[in-house]
Amino acid sequence: MRMLALICLMLATPMFAQGSGPTPAFANRQLPDPAQEAEATKLMHSLRCIQCQGQSIADSDAHMAGTMRAEVRQQIAAGQKPEAIRGWMIARYGEWVSFEPDMKGAGLLLWLTPLLVLIAGIWLARGLFRRGA
Amino acid sequence: MNRPWLLWIPLAVVAFIGGLAIYGLAVPKDEQVHSAMIGQKLPAFSLPAATAGVEGLASADMVDGKPRLLNIFASWCIPCKAEAPYLEALKKAGIEIDAIAIRDRPEDVAAFLSEFGNPFRRIGSDSEMAVQLKLGSSGVPETYVIGGDGTILYQHIGDIRAEHVPMLIEKVNAAK
Repeated sequence: MRMLALICLMLATPMFAQGSGPTPAFANRQLPDPAQEAEATKLMHSLRCIQCQGQSIADSDAHMAGTMRAEVRQQIAAGQKPEAIRGWMIARYGEWVSFEPDMKGAGLLLWLTPLLVLIAGIWLARGLFRRGA
Repeated sequence: MNRPWLLWIPLAVVAFIGGLAIYGLAVPKDEQVHSAMIGQKLPAFSLPAATAGVEGLASADMVDGKPRLLNIFASWCIPCKAEAPYLEALKKAGIEIDAIAIRDRPEDVAAFLSEFGNPFRRIGSDSEMAVQLKLGSSGVPETYVIGGDGTILYQHIGDIRAEHVPMLIEKVNAAK
């Protein structure tokens, strides 16, 4: 009985099976023009994979990431600017998809906080140094 | 020290950061990636039939003045099997449902339909997930409410459960 269960486990299809469709051509194939490929790779490192959330689409093996890489490469090959492609992704998935938050709204706070903390630190330290002198 | 209140600033900062941490733990996190396409027109696409006997799906097929549901599913997706009876219930309520099959094979779609029934009018095959990306869809299953003019009105992420059926019927009827 235990043996049978073991065999069943070995035969079981993984629950997160990803289906059987083809992988888009440009998911894992570089563009022929190295300059364009470099541009595409740089952008792919700053776009977040929808499926595995913490990884960039350049690092992820998820099928969704493959589809997104193919989309990036195709648009770059068609002469689209990287920031326009980032905008295309944001128009579909929101700011969330970009690892480089825009300098507005909550994004602005994110960019400015380190600067504010530094200024506050200098201001606090100033008094201490003055007294020490 | 002539400004004793300054001493309280570090405590206030630490309390603020601690508060953020407690807030982060206490408030459940929404890990779903919502489509930013709500309120916009369907992107133009034309997909071949996903299996023999059911027609393929183009965006133009959903612009006939009649609101409907667009279900994103796959035969290999387990929650898609779980939601099959509720799609059937929606169909029985007179709602037209079109579908897109993600990364699927015709024979697998056919087997899925014969086992769980076919509530769909049309099924397009999105084998490379290109249309899924255009829709801002992040996985399977997902169900969109599409207005009669082809506007994306609502996105339901995850499987449809019994409690979602009346809500979806209402959303489709509200679009009439």
